[in-house]
Amino acid sequence: MQTFDLEAEGLRALNSALHAQAANTNQTVWEIVNPKGSHAIAVGLDAPIEVNVKGHTGYYCAGMNKQATVHVHGSAGPGTAENMMSGTVIVEGDASQYAGATGNGGTLIIKGNASSRCGISMKGIDIIVHGNIGHMSAFMAQSGNLVVCGNAGEALGDSLYEAKLFVRGSVKSLGADCIEKEMRPEHITLLEELLERGGCDAKASEFKRYGSARKLYNFNIDNAY
Amino acid sequence: MKDDHTGAPRKPDQGGVPRTTPIQSATFTNPVNAEIRRAAATGIYDIRGGGAKRKVPHFDDLLFLGASISRYPLEGYREKCETSVTLGTRFAKNPIKLDIPITIAGMSFGALSGPAKEALGRGATMAGTSTTTGDGGMTEEERGHSNKLIYQYLPSRYGMNPDDLRRCDAIEIVVGQGAKPGGGGMLLGQKISDRVAMMRNLPKGIDQRSACRHPDWTGPDDLEIKILELREITNWEKPIYIKVGGARPYFDTTLAVKAGADVVVLDGMQGGTAATQDVFIENVGQPILACIREAVRALQDLDMHREVQLIVSGGIRTGADVAKAMAMGADAVAIGTAALIALGDNDPKWEAEYNALGTTAGAYDDWHEGQDPAGITTQDPELMKRFDPVEGGRRLNNYLKVMTLEAQTIARACGKNHLHNLEPEDLCALTMEAAAMAKIPLAGTDWYPGKPGTSY
Repeated sequence: MQTFDLEAEGLRALNSALHAQAANTNQTVWEIVNPKGSHAIAVGLDAPIEVNVKGHTGYYCAGMNKQATVHVHGSAGPGTAENMMSGTVIVEGDASQYAGATGNGGTLIIKGNASSRCGISMKGIDIIVHGNIGHMSAFMAQSGNLVVCGNAGEALGDSLYEAKLFVRGSVKSLGADCIEKEMRPEHITLLEELLERGGCDAKASEFKRYGSARKLYNFNIDNAY
Repeated sequence: MKDDHTGAPRKPDQGGVPRTTPIQSATFTNPVNAEIRRAAATGIYDIRGGGAKRKVPHFDDLLFLGASISRYPLEGYREKCETSVTLGTRFAKNPIKLDIPITIAGMSFGALSGPAKEALGRGATMAGTSTTTGDGGMTEEERGHSNKLIYQYLPSRYGMNPDDLRRCDAIEIVVGQGAKPGGGGMLLGQKISDRVAMMRNLPKGIDQRSACRHPDWTGPDDLEIKILELREITNWEKPIYIKVGGARPYFDTTLAVKAGADVVVLDGMQGGTAATQDVFIENVGQPILACIREAVRALQDLDMHREVQLIVSGGIRTGADVAKAMAMGADAVAIGTAALIALGDNDPKWEAEYNALGTTAGAYDDWHEGQDPAGITTQDPELMKRFDPVEGGRRLNNYLKVMTLEAQTIARACGKNHLHNLEPEDLCALTMEAAAMAKIPLAGTDWYPGKPGTSY
C-alpha cells in the first residue's frame, strides 16, 4: 500500500502520482493522510486503483473519476464525484451539495446524508444515499438511478428527464413534472441490486418510485406554426 | 385618385371634405403587429437563431486616423506586420499559439451538422487558428480536423468527459454568451436526431432546454475551485478561458481574472445563438462596442492586460472590425455568424427555398427548425448532403485570409508592425453614442462624453 501525506507533499504531487498509474499498475491501493478538507483530491483518475482518503475532503473529490474506487473516510464537500464516468466513490460521512452532479456512470455511495442538489443533471450514474437528501435533488436528472433510504427535501426531481428516483421515507415536495410512479417487478429487481451494491439495510418493497411525467418534453403550443 | 404625398389610393372626397392620409404607427409597426398576431395564434414566444438584428452602435461608427506627418506608415506587402497571438500565458503549461488573431467561436454539434463542424475545423486549421466545440460535446469530425480545438465546459455538461478534456487544446468555461446573457441553451426536437440524442443522453425528439447556471458551482469563489479541479484533471497543461456575455464587462472580467482565468472571452449582443427567444436576443445584453474598453480597463486595473488575453466577439465581419477591436485592447476576436456565412449560410443561391420557408436570403434565422437549405444548421441527412466540408473549409480559410490582410492593411497604414500595436489613439468616432461607449474621441475633437476632467 502507498501512503501519501497530502499536507506534506501537496495536491499537484498527489494527482500527478495517481494519474501516472497505468491499467496494470502494481500500486493498486493508496492511502491519503492529512486531507484536511482540501479541494480536488483524486480528480481525473483513470486506472483500477483504490484510494482511501483518511479524513474530510473539500470540493470535487473524485471529480470525473474513471475506473478507480475512491473511499472517503470522513465527510465530503460540494461536487463529490461530479461527472463520474465509471468506478465507485464511497463517502462514510455526509456529502455536501451537488454530490454526483452530471455523473455519467459508476456508483456513488453516501453512508450519511447528502445536501441539496444531489444528482443534479445526472446522466447515468447510480447514487445510493443511506440517509436523507436535501432540496432540488435530481434537478434535470437525465438518466441513472438515485436511491434514498431516508427522506427527500423539497422539489425532488424538478424538470426530470429519464432518471429513476427511489425514496424510502417522505418526500417534502415533488418538483415540476416529477410524479410518483408504479413499482413494477423490474423496478424491484433493479432496486434490490442497487441496495445490495450500496450495502443498504433496507427492503426494496419499502420504497416508492418517482419519475418524469414527460409533460415538459415539448413546448406547449396552442396552434403550431 | 392617388394621394399627393404618399401615392396611396385616396378615398373619394365626401362632400368636398379632404380625407387624412392613412398613417402607420411608429410604435405599432407592421412587424410589431404581425408578432402580436403570431403570439395570439400560437401561445408561444418567437424562437430564432442569430444575434441582435436591431441597429446598435458598432465598429462601423469608428474610423482609423491613419499615418501622416506625425505618424510613419509601413509599406504595404513589403514591411512586416505580425498577426500571431499566444493565448494562455498566465498559468497553462501549454499556451496556444495562433497565426492569426481570429478564432472560431463555439457552435455545437447539434446546432450544426457534422460536416459543417468538419469544415470549420478544416478552414481554421489551414488559416492557423482554433475552433471551439459547443453545447453537445466533442465530435470526431471536429477533433480530427481542428489542429487547435477549444473544449467548452457548459452548464448542461452534455457529452462532457475527462478523455475529451485531456485531448483538447484549451478549456472554455461558458458562463454566458452575448445573445442571451443569463440564459441557457435551447435545441428543439426537430434537431435531436439519434446521434445528437445519444451524445446528450436525452430522449430523441424532445424540445431540449439546457440550464443557465452551472450545476456544481455558484459564484466566483466556487469558480476558482472549479478551475483548480479542471487544472488538476488536466495536469495544468491547458489554458482555461472564461466566456461571458456582454452584461457587466468590468466586473465580469475582474471576477474571471480573480477566479484564475488564462483568457477572458467577451461576447456582445450581436453574437449569435443556435436558438433562443427573440425577446432575449433583442433586449438583453450590451453591444460589443460598449464592452471592450470596460473589459480592458478591468485588466489594466489588475495589471493583467496582455497577461490574461481578451477575445472579443459579437458582430465581427471584416478585417476593419478585427483591427478596431484590437485597437481598443483585445488580443484576438472570435467569429461565429460570419464563419457560417462564409460556409454558405443564407446564400442567395437558395432564395427559392428560403421563400418556401417564408423568408429570404439574409433574413433566414429559424436555424432551430433544422430545415436549413444550405445544409449547415441541420441534422437532416438529405439537407446535410448539400454541404461539402472540403469546399466549406476552403471558403472559410479564404475568408479568414482576407480579414487578416485587411487588418494588416489598416495596421500598416497606422504605422504598426503588429496588430497588437494598434491603440485607441489610432481611432476616432463618428457618433456621440459610439464615442461615449468606446471612449474614443468624436471625429474632429479630442473629447468623448464622460471623458475625465471634462464637464459633460
